[in-house]
This record gives sequence, C-alpha cells and structure tokens, in this order.
Amino acid sequence: MTAPDLSRSIVAIWRIEFPRLVAGLMRYTGDLSGSEDLAQDALVAALEHWPRTGVPERPGAWLMTTARRRALDQLRRTKMLDRRHEQLGRELDARPDTHAEERDAALDDEYGDDLLRLMFVTCHPVLSSDARVTLTLRLLGGLTAEEIARAYLAPVPTIEQRIVRAKRTLAEARVPFEAPRGPERAERLASVLGVIYLVFNEGYAATRGDDWLRPALCEDALRLGRVLAELAPEEPEVHGLVALMELTSSRARARVGPGGEPVLLMDQDRGRWDQLLISRGLAALTRAEALGGARGVYALQAAIAACHAQAREASHTDWERIVALYDALAALAPSPVVELNRAVAVSMAFGPAAGLELVDQLASEPALAGYHLLPAARGDLLERLGRAEEARAEFARAASLTRNAREQKVLLDRAAGCGERR
Amino acid sequence: MRVMVIVKASKDTEAGIMPSEQMLSEMTSYNEQLVKAGIMLAGDGLKPSSAGARVQFSGKKRAVVDGPFAETKELIAGFWIWQVKSMEEALEWAKRCPNPTGEDSVLELRPFFEATDFGDEFTPELRAKEEQLAKGIRENQAAKR
Repeated sequence: MTAPDLSRSIVAIWRIEFPRLVAGLMRYTGDLSGSEDLAQDALVAALEHWPRTGVPERPGAWLMTTARRRALDQLRRTKMLDRRHEQLGRELDARPDTHAEERDAALDDEYGDDLLRLMFVTCHPVLSSDARVTLTLRLLGGLTAEEIARAYLAPVPTIEQRIVRAKRTLAEARVPFEAPRGPERAERLASVLGVIYLVFNEGYAATRGDDWLRPALCEDALRLGRVLAELAPEEPEVHGLVALMELTSSRARARVGPGGEPVLLMDQDRGRWDQLLISRGLAALTRAEALGGARGVYALQAAIAACHAQAREASHTDWERIVALYDALAALAPSPVVELNRAVAVSMAFGPAAGLELVDQLASEPALAGYHLLPAARGDLLERLGRAEEARAEFARAASLTRNAREQKVLLDRAAGCGERR
Repeated sequence: MRVMVIVKASKDTEAGIMPSEQMLSEMTSYNEQLVKAGIMLAGDGLKPSSAGARVQFSGKKRAVVDGPFAETKELIAGFWIWQVKSMEEALEWAKRCPNPTGEDSVLELRPFFEATDFGDEFTPELRAKEEQLAKGIRENQAAKR
C-alpha cells in the first residue's frame, strides 16, 4: 500500500471506530471533550505507528487500548485515579492476548452498552433540540463538523460552536454517563428516537434550501436507528421508528421527478419503490408488533406507511384501515398535523366532502396558521369537488407559505392548472 | 451509498464443499458485527454454478445454457449489500471478513448507481446553483470569523 492509501485507510478505520472509542472512553473521563481528545490522540498514534508496523489485526482494539492507556496516564498525573480506575488499569496491563475472540466478544457487549449510554447523553433533554441533533450526528454518526454543516446548509463555525456549547452544557449539568432505568427510561428513549427522527425528516422533507430531499441525512438517521435497534432490541418503539424510516425511504427514488420536483404519493411510479427497504421495514414493524408495540406512535405511523407500501397500485390503497390507524394515532398523540392527515385519509376513504368538513374544522387551528400543507390539502379537496376558483386561491396561499423552492413551484403549477382538467 | 460486496467463487465453492463449522461461526459473528454497525442491508450465499443456468442473447435469439460454467474466477458464490458512507469504509469492513472461500479468496466491491449519479444534479444549471450555494456558505463563514 502506498503512503497516501495507508493514511486514507487509517482514517477510515478510525472513523468506523470513533463512536465506540468515545463511548468506551467516557467511563474513564466522564467527559465528552476529554474522550474526543483521547480518541483523536489514538488516531495520531496510529498514523505514527501503523506505517512502520502495518495495520494491526484488530485495529479497533489497538485504538481503544492506546486511548485507554493515555486516559490512565492522564488520570495518574492528575491523581484522580480511584480504586475502580486502578482496577481497570491492572486489567489492561495484565490481559494476556489469549482468548482474543472471547475477549473481543465481551468487549463488544461492553462497548454496546457504552454506545447506548452515549446516545442517552447526546440526546439529553438538558440540550436544545438543535444541540441534540448536532452532537448525536457528530459523536454517534461519526460525521465531521464540516459534513454536518453541509447537510444543514449552515456555516462550519456555527456547528463547531454548537458542539462546544452542548458539551459544556452537559458537563455543567453533570449529566451522568448511564442508561436511565425505571420510569425515566421511556421519556429519555423518546428523546433519542425524537432526535433520530428529526434528522431523518430534515433529510426527507428538507425544510430549507432548493432540494426536496437530502438523502445523506436520511441514510445517517437510518443507520443510527439500525444501530439503536441492536443496542436496545427489547424496545418496541425503536423497531417502530426503524420500520417507519425504512418504509418512508423506500419511496425516496419515486418522490423526485426528472426535473428535481416533488412527486406526491398517489402519483408516484410504484415500480420505483425500493423493495429491499420495504421488506426490511415490514420486518421491523413485525418485530415492533411482536414486542407488543403495535400501538406506539412510530409503529402506528409505520403501519400507515406499510398500507401504502403494500398497495401495488394507488387505487388499491386500504384507506379505511389508514383512517383507523390515524384514529388511533390521534388518540395517542393528538396533533393538528395528524388531524390534517386523517382528514385527507377520510377524503380518500369516504369522499372529498367528508374530508373537507374535517379540514375546515382545522382552519382556525393556531398551530396550523403558517402550515402550507393545510391550504394545499384544502385546495386538493376543493378541486376534487369541482370548486376550481377556491382551489386555485388555496394552492396560491400554500405556495406563499412554503420555504422550499421546489415545493413552491409544484404548488404554483397546481394553482395555474385548476379548472383546466375539467 | 450502497455497495454490493461480491464473494468470488473458488474451486471449493464450485465443488459444493460446505464451509466448516468454524468458518460458519466466524461468518456468523462477522455478520453480527455488520448488523450492529447498521450497514448490512442484505446478504446471501449462492449454490455452485452447476445448479445455475444462463440465458444467452444474440440479437433476437435466446438460448438457455445450463451450468456448471468453467471460468471459476469469474463466477460468484455470494453477496452482501451494505450501506456505507464511503468506499474506504466499505473496504475496511471487507478486510475484516473472515477468509470466505478457502485459501485464496476474492471479495469484489461495487458501488450502486445513486440518483445523484445521473439525476438532475448533473445538469450544468444545477451544478452552477450548488457552487453558488457553496460560495455563499464560504462567504458567510468568512464574514463570521
């Protein structure tokens, strides 16, 4: 291997190991900045050693051992070494290299627990939602500040500062490095799932900029979700969320037209839906249901997505089942957006007049005041009822409310097309 | 990005020699690592080419040719589909695979075409727009420094 190839390969290894390194080092330092620095030191050490010695057989273990030794050195220097650390130090020094496989397996489990703890920390409610997202992408997704900045169309220094501040907030709040138990766990897990879903949605329904879809963020979120599903396999909602993301992603290709414009669900070429992701999503949903989680917020949304995924043609969609699922969702997590979606489902199952009646009840809902999909849905129902003039006004209003350039164009086109088809 | 990791066939796989128990257990633990890392989308092993067949096209003509096929090194014995961030990442994971087919094995890594490879991203108009956006971000950063 040539030198540049080797250093590329070392950086790739380090990026694979980075989240586990940071998580594993947290038990020594209890501090994110310290752990990140130590992980960085381990990379520097690898870049020094490996060109001479070759890449070790278990590079992840090498990096971890190197970083742990440095952590212990630091602790010894600062005399913060308590008995527990002393013991870890002795284990580290004494561990013979026999039974390597067994030891690796044990370490894997240990690291897994550490990764889960790290996820609970980066998604801690003490942080703002932006900070949670950024820190999770940085430490668990292994993205650099530059990559996060590119994904969120933000300047790099903003992201860097957000990371620094988030770490400081966690340190000041003395957030412990542990997976919560008991009643707190459900709430904290909901926060972790919320962060992952936020990343996914930012990728899937880009709220800013000219793109309708930023697939890299969807992939990052899916990966975090898949990792979490292995770390907390007993949690039904984790599988519900994974199912929802897999099923939603399965439509990504069909959702963008040749000019980059959005194509709505009912108009999509279903032949372009990704059957691999659909089967993965259905399997994850089955897992959530088998764990008794069919009525979870994410599992219900996944079940709705599954109804679409299983309809070979748009006209085969089981809208009555979708209405029933929205009923359950609205009872569990009432929100005007869910009500709006439910109204659309009702219009598909029972006709546009029934849908319009429900949509009109939402017209005065303050939470939907600036929400472009309300006039868009109303416009659609009015058009189906043959009320072209009113429909046109609604589409124009929807266009004025969206911040997404691509979506705006589609809405303006629909406004212009009102009445023409009839 | 998605990558297909192709396990090339060997004399052993073509002879239908089943992997040893140790091999299977190593492979199982490797697959577990791939799943835990969140990169494994799918994967499977294939029967030897003696169980396979080809459809050969010549203009409008179609001919079916039954296996086995001679060119062992060109055949495949299995595959994975991974979702990774880069080819470098995929290569590092591939290096961690237990030697899959006996003494001399080959894994071939082939990235999938992505929408961005031939989508609208490649029209000059949009590329210009993206460059403009990147420039805006850079200026924005410079202004804040």
